[in-house]
Amino acid sequence: MMGNPSLFVALGAVLKRDLRLAIRHRAELANPVLFYVIVISLFPFGVGSDPVQLKAIAPGIIWVAALLATLLALEGLFRSDFEDGSLEQLLLGVQPVAVLVLGKVFVHWCTTGVPLLVITPVLALLLNMDTATQATLLLALLIGTPTLSLIGAIGMALTVGIKRSGVLLTLLVLPLYVSVLIFGAGVVLAAQAGLPTAGWFYALAAMFMLALVLAPVAASAALRVSLN
Amino acid sequence: MLEAVGLECVRGGRLLFSDIHFALAPGEIRQIHGPNGAGKTSLLRILCGLSLPEAGQVLWQGQPIAKTRASYQANLAYVGHALGLKLDLTARENLAFALSLHPSRLDADPNEALVRVGLANATHLLCRHLSAGQRRRVAIARLYLTAAKLWILDEPLSAIDAEGVAEIERLLRNHLDENGMVLLTSHQPIAVGGRAIEGVSLQ
Repeated sequence: MMGNPSLFVALGAVLKRDLRLAIRHRAELANPVLFYVIVISLFPFGVGSDPVQLKAIAPGIIWVAALLATLLALEGLFRSDFEDGSLEQLLLGVQPVAVLVLGKVFVHWCTTGVPLLVITPVLALLLNMDTATQATLLLALLIGTPTLSLIGAIGMALTVGIKRSGVLLTLLVLPLYVSVLIFGAGVVLAAQAGLPTAGWFYALAAMFMLALVLAPVAASAALRVSLN
Repeated sequence: MLEAVGLECVRGGRLLFSDIHFALAPGEIRQIHGPNGAGKTSLLRILCGLSLPEAGQVLWQGQPIAKTRASYQANLAYVGHALGLKLDLTARENLAFALSLHPSRLDADPNEALVRVGLANATHLLCRHLSAGQRRRVAIARLYLTAAKLWILDEPLSAIDAEGVAEIERLLRNHLDENGMVLLTSHQPIAVGGRAIEGVSLQ
């Protein structure tokens, strides 16, 4: 007399639950975006408002800010589930944990990465970026930010058992973000210079696919270790 | 059948327990005894497969649980020290989520389960607004839904009032009557319809 929940039911339930929780914590949703906006708007104050100079450094600034905002938001991914025992129940369920982790990362990206994408055109304008380059930037961020979330999930899963692990998480994850940063900013610079961008996008897409396949497995293994 | 074979646990460089042997057959209940800090929760977590023992192993139907994780977990319901409830979900939403992760009885009904644990009027409240005892009741309500044979319960009676304790004892007795297995820790006395509750002692 068993009703065995299917993988899709479980995945759907994880998506629904995390989305519902995110909506109930609306106030926290704004934090990474505000951080992103503030960091980017600091630069014109620091380096001067010369439009040519701003345009030249804009891709780097936007990418570094996106990277830090993602990092800041990672805490919300597993921390509360770890503290209230939900993670134990997740690991003791009958479904492959990696798939459920992928679901959690997806919702996390929707609630932290997508808002960054939405606000980016305004910030790009602020940094004197032209519309054609903006399109390239948005596409690069669309591929790059989920990659950042996926890689970050591994670091978060490894450090979730440690109290005040913020610095450790940063040290662990930022070096892994470098390759995304290089290609993410590189493609925008190439577009600005009128060079072909396809190769850069392929590289970004390859990193995304790699992270998509490997990160959930690595993160679920790391969660088991953290709960031990 | 669940068997513990020579389990040993070390936490923070200190030996908590060693050489723990016992077996739990269908229809049996066992209580783990020991003072605070003796490692009761650690033992339960090892039995669930959440932690690894320093030495020894846990067998389910004669196989180490690491090898038969899927079938073991399909038969395991764990109510831990951390209850596994999201405080910003309602009692009913929490139960519905649990239903989608774990195998459930065909007659599982979250509303009915909440009535049974005395939370009929609290189904739409966020768990954040429930008392400690009520939250534990929500976690216990999972047991009315699960199809798991083996229940591992960490202090199921803590913060529960006398009436609630009687209901939980009834729940356990029914589970044992259906050839279920129960392993629990409790600092409060517990009686399951005159059945002998064998102990496992951690000194």
